[in-house]
Amino acid sequence: MQREGWRRHQISIGIGVFAIVIFLLGWLEMAQPMGFEFSDITGGIVTFDTLIRVGLLTTVVVGLNMLMGHAGQISLGQAGFYAIGAYVSAIMTTKAANRGINVLFPGAIGEDWWWPWLMILAGMVITGGIAYLIGRPVLRLKGHYLAMGTLGVGLIIFVLFREGGTFTGAADGVGSVPRLSIGSFEFWPRDRYYFLVWAVALAVMWLSLNIVNSRVGRGLRAIEGSELAAQTMGVDIEKFKLQVFVLSTVYASIAGSLYAHYQTLVNPTPFGFVGSLDLVIMAALGGLASIWGAPFGVAIVYVIKEVLRARLSTLLRGAGGEHEIIIFGVLLVLIMIFMPQGLSYAAGRAFAWLRNPSRREREEPLDRLPEKAT
Amino acid sequence: MLADSGGGVAENTILEVQDLTKQFGGLLALDDLSFEVKSGEIFSIIGPNGAGKTTIFNLISGVLSTTGGEIRFQSKVINGLKPHVIAGLGLSRTFQNLQVFNNMSVLENVMVGRHLQSAYGMISAGLRLPGGQREEREIADRAMEHLAFVGLDSMAAMSASSLPFGKQRTLEIARAMATEPKLLLLDEPGAGLNRPEKDSLEDLVRRIRERGVTVVLVEHDMAFVMGIAERIIVLDYGEKIADGTPDEVQKDPKVIAAYLGDEQMHLM
Amino acid sequence: MQNIVRTRSARIGATVAAMVLLVAVVLYLGHAKGFGAIQYVQLVLDGIRGGSIYALIALGFVVVFNVTGIINFAQGGFVMSGAMLAVAFNNLDLPLPPALQLALAVVFGVAGTTVIGALVERLTIFPARHSHTLTLIIITVGVYIFMQGMALLVWGANAYNLPAFSSLALEDQILRSGGIMLKAQSLWIWGTLAVVLVGLYFFFERTILGKALRACAINRRAAELMGINPSRMSLLSFAMAAALGAIGGVVLSPATRPIYDMGLKLGLKGFIAAIMGGMVSSPGAVVGGILLGVLENVAAGVTRAGFKDIFAFVVLILILLFRPQGIIGGGERGVEQ
Repeated sequence: MQREGWRRHQISIGIGVFAIVIFLLGWLEMAQPMGFEFSDITGGIVTFDTLIRVGLLTTVVVGLNMLMGHAGQISLGQAGFYAIGAYVSAIMTTKAANRGINVLFPGAIGEDWWWPWLMILAGMVITGGIAYLIGRPVLRLKGHYLAMGTLGVGLIIFVLFREGGTFTGAADGVGSVPRLSIGSFEFWPRDRYYFLVWAVALAVMWLSLNIVNSRVGRGLRAIEGSELAAQTMGVDIEKFKLQVFVLSTVYASIAGSLYAHYQTLVNPTPFGFVGSLDLVIMAALGGLASIWGAPFGVAIVYVIKEVLRARLSTLLRGAGGEHEIIIFGVLLVLIMIFMPQGLSYAAGRAFAWLRNPSRREREEPLDRLPEKAT
Repeated sequence: MLADSGGGVAENTILEVQDLTKQFGGLLALDDLSFEVKSGEIFSIIGPNGAGKTTIFNLISGVLSTTGGEIRFQSKVINGLKPHVIAGLGLSRTFQNLQVFNNMSVLENVMVGRHLQSAYGMISAGLRLPGGQREEREIADRAMEHLAFVGLDSMAAMSASSLPFGKQRTLEIARAMATEPKLLLLDEPGAGLNRPEKDSLEDLVRRIRERGVTVVLVEHDMAFVMGIAERIIVLDYGEKIADGTPDEVQKDPKVIAAYLGDEQMHLM
Repeated sequence: MQNIVRTRSARIGATVAAMVLLVAVVLYLGHAKGFGAIQYVQLVLDGIRGGSIYALIALGFVVVFNVTGIINFAQGGFVMSGAMLAVAFNNLDLPLPPALQLALAVVFGVAGTTVIGALVERLTIFPARHSHTLTLIIITVGVYIFMQGMALLVWGANAYNLPAFSSLALEDQILRSGGIMLKAQSLWIWGTLAVVLVGLYFFFERTILGKALRACAINRRAAELMGINPSRMSLLSFAMAAALGAIGGVVLSPATRPIYDMGLKLGLKGFIAAIMGGMVSSPGAVVGGILLGVLENVAAGVTRAGFKDIFAFVVLILILLFRPQGIIGGGERGVEQ
């Protein structure tokens, strides 16, 4: 079923269209036609800052989607790898005399513009390396046990960063992280960073979509369909799972580094269990088997959180804004019961229906989780 | 006549099983089983339910580990190897309880079978490098050929789960054939098929053999087996009770007793 | 490395060597801090106390897993709910003698949580009973989030207090012997664990209902054919897990002030203890829980208190890597199928 003609480039075209949308959004905010800002239109709920954060987490969640939706693995510790990227970038680029690497190797930190980029790369390698070492044994586990293994890993990483003393700045974290620049072109103010972050997110999406639609992706889906058959057809299950796992952590690392240079302060708080949970929820809401769903899952979670935070405080007296958590929990449960394939599957079905409302035999969209009876 | 010795192994023996034993906790599923399969023949393993037939397949394909004994494929010891490695050596199989990839189309199922005949990896895939693209077209083309071989090419784009049962069985065969095996294990391929479907299956198995693939069948349907197999072994409670041509096995009193008590059984 | 670990005797040798090494490291670190025998005993005793709670929570995980195959992430929520409900009842202005009120509070906490457990099963698990494992995990996660959020809503972020069972006051009775201190509540905790274990034994061995549950755990299909209703068993298992968790929460409360997010860590550690029991073995879970409590307490004592949580997770990873079928060995192949 090799697609011919323009369909062969479906993915690139899709990404291109999406890129245009992103570009337009960014341009709108920059140019502010008639003086409108995002926050004006949406009542303070969506700001440029939100869009940037959505972009950052999209990069992570795409990796998670590949891991959870296409390789059928579960990671409840992805925030830990996000943290590694963030901390490596932060520690290796801040020049505070008594912090981070300067304690051990004063003067080791480069001053040039390319140094932070190199450190992003270093973060990817370190993260990937750790994931490889941990992944080989942990991925042999199944289902819940893998979930627990990754949970444990994520938490260990979190606690290590929190207890890292002057090396990681402990609970206060590492501050004064410099901005990224190429030569004299600095990726600041915000709008420039927006384009950088989304360029990365789009690139990552493109890569992942290509992988999913290739022999590799097929192998992954085979593993999900029937590990037994996949093995006996020659698919090296362990190798595949490991590769996807490492790739997903590398994505998380890149995003973490970008986060560090955006926030300019990295402390352990966002990287704990709740952080990993947020990521899983974003992946699930967007549709675990759908890479296109990733940005929407992230966006929706963000919007819901912001809306709840903004509105609930007026509805419930004295609500501290944490009450979105409850609604969150309820929403999550409801969605998983009634729409476990996530919103993108629902959207896919809606599109299929729109195209052929009367046709009885509508082909099922094939990139979804198979339902397994217990 | 029974060549189950460790010494003089015939040169055209493609699969040799020696003293194979499998224990599941307290249950002894296979007990010191030995047999040989010659290259190019159609070989069958039959026996009443629970005799251990599928267990043999699971052991040969590496899905289960042996408790004792040895399995040699083309003179190479394979027990202890991982299933995907064994597949890479040229051994493929189908499953009694269908293991079709329900989350894929018919063609994609067979394309998975081409996995070992291709090599491009993540980087090439992610960046859409031309080498990978070319390989992908190859995979699809070859897979279509194998679908055509079994007669399912018109259904290539359909979702595998939407195929009727009999055709799903055929799909598994196409998928296994796509790995270009030298030895094909068919686990109860005729189960649940009606008469015309079984005739097609018989024809398909012969055509597979014509391609030079050795076929080992585990089956239930006596008439089917007698009509197609060249050599048969009969299992009962994990032990081999007969080994020979269909005629010999048919007349063996032990076989008759195992299947139907002491009644005379009309097999043809 | 996997090849070396394959021979059985090599594995035993490696385990023994690892344990000796571990003890040596602990002693070395303790020596640096000037620890004597008394300190170690104290650490171990305190560890057994914490471990007993983990054991109770772990039993909840094991029951649910055995019957339904689900890992119930909401288990920590049951622990928290037991504690908080007991506190809420105890703080009511009722004309009752404090001892009676406390006792009723305990009952209320456990009973209320049991009802919650049943509701959770009916409302969230039952409708999704045919779903993918992953879906069910996320559902239980959602339930936990909801429970923690509700606790935050109702009780805020404060830490509360439950009086110690012996002294009926916030200050507990402390037993001393030769330099070792033992809070009276610890005795309550151990006693409760013992009673629970005996109760569970009788339930599973001597009652029809208990045997039905066990049958379901061993072979759901066969149990169904024998007329046992798996959905009702699922409900029962959740109710039991909730009760067990609540008991743990309640009996822990005087020692560790209940707070809305206490369920997270306790649930995780209880889960680790359950894994140490291979997820299928009750005695294994109990041994695992106590062992875990002792290990993490001793380790934190000789290093730094902030590291305490890490040790639990390290144990988790080690178990998953080297002995996934649990210490006492549950299913034949444990987590690897």
